[in-house]
Amino acid sequence: MSNDTANGRVWEKRFKPVLTVFMLLAIVSVLMPATSLAQVDTFEFETPEQQQRFRALSDELRCPMCQNTSLSGSTGGVAEDLRREVHRMIMEGMSDEQIEQFMYERYGDFIFYKPRLKPETLLLWFGPLLFFLIGAFVLVGIWRKAKGIDAQPVQVDTETQTRIDALLAEQGKAGAGNTHR
Amino acid sequence: MNRSLAFLPVAAFLVLAVVMWRGLYLDSKELPSMLIDKPMPAFDKLTVDGQAVDNDSLPTEPFLLNVWGSYCLPCLIEHPTFMRLSESAEIPIVGVNYRDQKALALDWLEENGNPYAFSILDEPGRFGIDLGVYGAPETYLVDSKGVIRYRHVSVLDETVWREVFEPAIAELRAQEAAQ
Repeated sequence: MSNDTANGRVWEKRFKPVLTVFMLLAIVSVLMPATSLAQVDTFEFETPEQQQRFRALSDELRCPMCQNTSLSGSTGGVAEDLRREVHRMIMEGMSDEQIEQFMYERYGDFIFYKPRLKPETLLLWFGPLLFFLIGAFVLVGIWRKAKGIDAQPVQVDTETQTRIDALLAEQGKAGAGNTHR
Repeated sequence: MNRSLAFLPVAAFLVLAVVMWRGLYLDSKELPSMLIDKPMPAFDKLTVDGQAVDNDSLPTEPFLLNVWGSYCLPCLIEHPTFMRLSESAEIPIVGVNYRDQKALALDWLEENGNPYAFSILDEPGRFGIDLGVYGAPETYLVDSKGVIRYRHVSVLDETVWREVFEPAIAELRAQEAAQ
């Protein structure tokens, strides 16, 4: 027992510095501003609103080549081209919907981090809800069963009932101190 | 209690296992093309050697449209297949020189051979965007009316040629002959 605690102390001594470093790294990575990952392009805008729309669109559109990075975060060649196209379309006065449609016609649902709602994407959108409902259903079932809510009183004919009563009476006499119900 | 319900977890497990097993073999990098059965996007461009080309310059029979670049290593792997196809005049091949530099592209063709009827110079990658290209190499099968029928992403080697393109081209030619 004392040997165990001694071992424990040695372990603590060895691993505490490592753990501290990990904790620090974790904290730093959380605090690092995500914007530092964005690619820097030298696009010019006429209004802050245009710039705002550009940022929003290039965060919402997914780079088709590198998967799981937005256009704003990707170094890929196609992402660079697509950022340039988004900029061009904003400057030409196209609406966000028009720009999204342009992307959709070329790259499909994949380009959106939020795919459009249509028959093919129903499962994607509502699958989690479906699984939640299945889980809730099962949970309620288990709970009702445990509480005996759905249990039906057992129907027996009078002859069986007399036998049961007799047996119970007999057991009650014989089993003093019997803890069974 | 209903006995058949006891098998529900096993059944659910089996369904999930099959779905996930299939998922292991899906290539999530190969995105479906939006342009299947749509006409080739309009273009009015120069070739790598400076000729003006547009949609009317395309072959009037089924052809391959291969997206390539001198920086693209997988393109070197598939290049011998295209050289063989062009030498045996099996099918015309049009190139799209994607996000490359003209001088480098010309050097590359000189060094490795030029299997292309012509190569569209797409330096800023604008035509690539219209095609829905997301990286070289990609190869499209286009019919005689300029409608895109199939897209293959990544290397088109002899195996892909034999197993995918040869049958698809045979079918397409048969279809067109029947019309």
